[in-house]
Amino acid sequence: MKFSKTSVFTEEQYSVFIRMYIFPLIAVALFLGLWSISASQVQTSLGQLPGPTAVYEQASNLVDEHVAAREKEVSFYERQEKRNAAKLEKNPDAEVKIRPYTGKATFFDQILTSLVTVFTGFIMASLIAIPIGIITGLSNDLYRSINPIVQLLKPVSPLAWLPIVTMVVSAVYVSDDPMFDKSYLTSAFTVMLCCMWPTLINTAVGVSTVDKDLINVSKVLRLGWFTKVFKIILPSAIPMIFTGLRLSLSIGWMVLIAAEMLAQNPGLGKFVWDEFQNGSSNSLGRIMVAVIAIGIVGYMLDRGMLMLQKKVSWDKSVVLR
Amino acid sequence: MKNKHLNIDHISMEFPTPDGPYVALRDVNLDMAKGEFVSLIGHSGCGKSTVLNVVAGLYKATIGGVVLDGKEVDEPGPERAVVFQNHSLLPWLTAYENVELAVKQVFGRAKSKHTKSKAEMKEWIEHNLHLVHMDHAMHKRPDEISGGMKQRVGIARALAMEPKVLLMDEPFGALDALTRAHMQESLMEIHADLGNTVIMITHDVDEAVLLSDRIVMMTNGPAATIGEILEIDLPRPRDRVELSSNAKYNHYRHEVLQFLYERQRRPGEELAADEKDDDSSPELKVVKTEAA
Repeated sequence: MKFSKTSVFTEEQYSVFIRMYIFPLIAVALFLGLWSISASQVQTSLGQLPGPTAVYEQASNLVDEHVAAREKEVSFYERQEKRNAAKLEKNPDAEVKIRPYTGKATFFDQILTSLVTVFTGFIMASLIAIPIGIITGLSNDLYRSINPIVQLLKPVSPLAWLPIVTMVVSAVYVSDDPMFDKSYLTSAFTVMLCCMWPTLINTAVGVSTVDKDLINVSKVLRLGWFTKVFKIILPSAIPMIFTGLRLSLSIGWMVLIAAEMLAQNPGLGKFVWDEFQNGSSNSLGRIMVAVIAIGIVGYMLDRGMLMLQKKVSWDKSVVLR
Repeated sequence: MKNKHLNIDHISMEFPTPDGPYVALRDVNLDMAKGEFVSLIGHSGCGKSTVLNVVAGLYKATIGGVVLDGKEVDEPGPERAVVFQNHSLLPWLTAYENVELAVKQVFGRAKSKHTKSKAEMKEWIEHNLHLVHMDHAMHKRPDEISGGMKQRVGIARALAMEPKVLLMDEPFGALDALTRAHMQESLMEIHADLGNTVIMITHDVDEAVLLSDRIVMMTNGPAATIGEILEIDLPRPRDRVELSSNAKYNHYRHEVLQFLYERQRRPGEELAADEKDDDSSPELKVVKTEAA
């Protein structure tokens, strides 16, 4: 490529640059302006509805709080270590206790909790939905049999599932030394119940619509059942399965926030709920930070799935977006 | 009568439809000798593919059956390899892996009659890809190679099964005229080398005359059957350029065209419609818009 001093961009590159970056930036600027103006018109019992600047302030507060909490944690462990070392110096046989730091979870800890929870639910859902999808996709009769059940359960709101899941988890998961919090299990199971359907349906459709010629190839080759499923049917259904998985993960992420609010799983949902109950003048701003964080994480999850899909997809000619 | 290698014995085929059974084939009867090359030609929808699918074992004839070397055909199997019209390669596997799938299935299992070791299989796969001149693109996936190359791999896959009968469903129908000519040359070479028994469906009169020992011309459906059988008594190897001025060749060509356009002309079909294609070779084309 040749660069000249007078023009870095050719005319065409210039217009591409404008379309790629300037247009979206203008849209964002307009959105922020509109938000700022309309927010200033609304007075709530918690003060004025926060505009972009107030939200930005709260975001940096949350980052500061996180940094401060980490420092506190580090110094806590330092103090503990010093204390223990001193104890051991006096008496080498002394029993030293190492206590974990039990500070308040910061905003970023809560994001992490949410991610762990949503992936737990999502992976459980996939482990159930993909095999069932394959089996139902292979047999029209089976598909017809379970289709009404799937269609019936698919639109049920997470808020309706939650009480049932809560009760079932409390009844079934009884242990003196629980490995998982009940709130975590309840949220994960609710996510699972709500997000397995797109994967199941898409897998079934993908499996049942394998090119007839490819099925004929497997017949001519007299492939066994397993070889047929793993060498021909699954690879051709992969694009559809991934479409389902992507839908499932975004549904799961939406469901999770609601589930966490009610189950009190210490993730983003609980953060929003606690701030709402807290009702300080900063609360609305902090909730809006959470809203933006939820959006960004959801977007990144989808992009991640898309990248994975591109990686495993054999059909590079298809435009995935 | 020639010795019976493949015997298509008075098959009739009915497909159930909501308005009662549709009779696709009625009393199709054909004996083939080992190593014979037979073309099926006829208008779209005349049941050529149905005949092929019955021989392949993908369909079961309503009446009659197919006997290969004294054994009745009742399911698909690698001894009757099929080259599908649209190549039907697995798009996620390379050319090599596509052939490998077939070779492993036929030669890779301990209980099969002629087991090959891993090295032998590799050699065999490469040999077959070499046969169709695909050595250079062995490790490319179907979406990285041209239509003609895909069809070559499809043929290699079929040949690698060491089939007794090679069934080809319009193998070159989707290719441009030049590529098709190349493929026909390759197929003649391979047939001369290996001496497989071949049944090929085609819409192309020149292709049929050039390649076949016999041309089976089918009447229009429903209840299609064999109209006429034309023996092509031309010495092999055949050269298309030489043949174009051969009186016998042109006579055979004329016979087939006459059958298709005078005796079996479809009602309402206009030949003029075909003349619009500007990419097609000047030869007369038979309905190329839809597959049989």
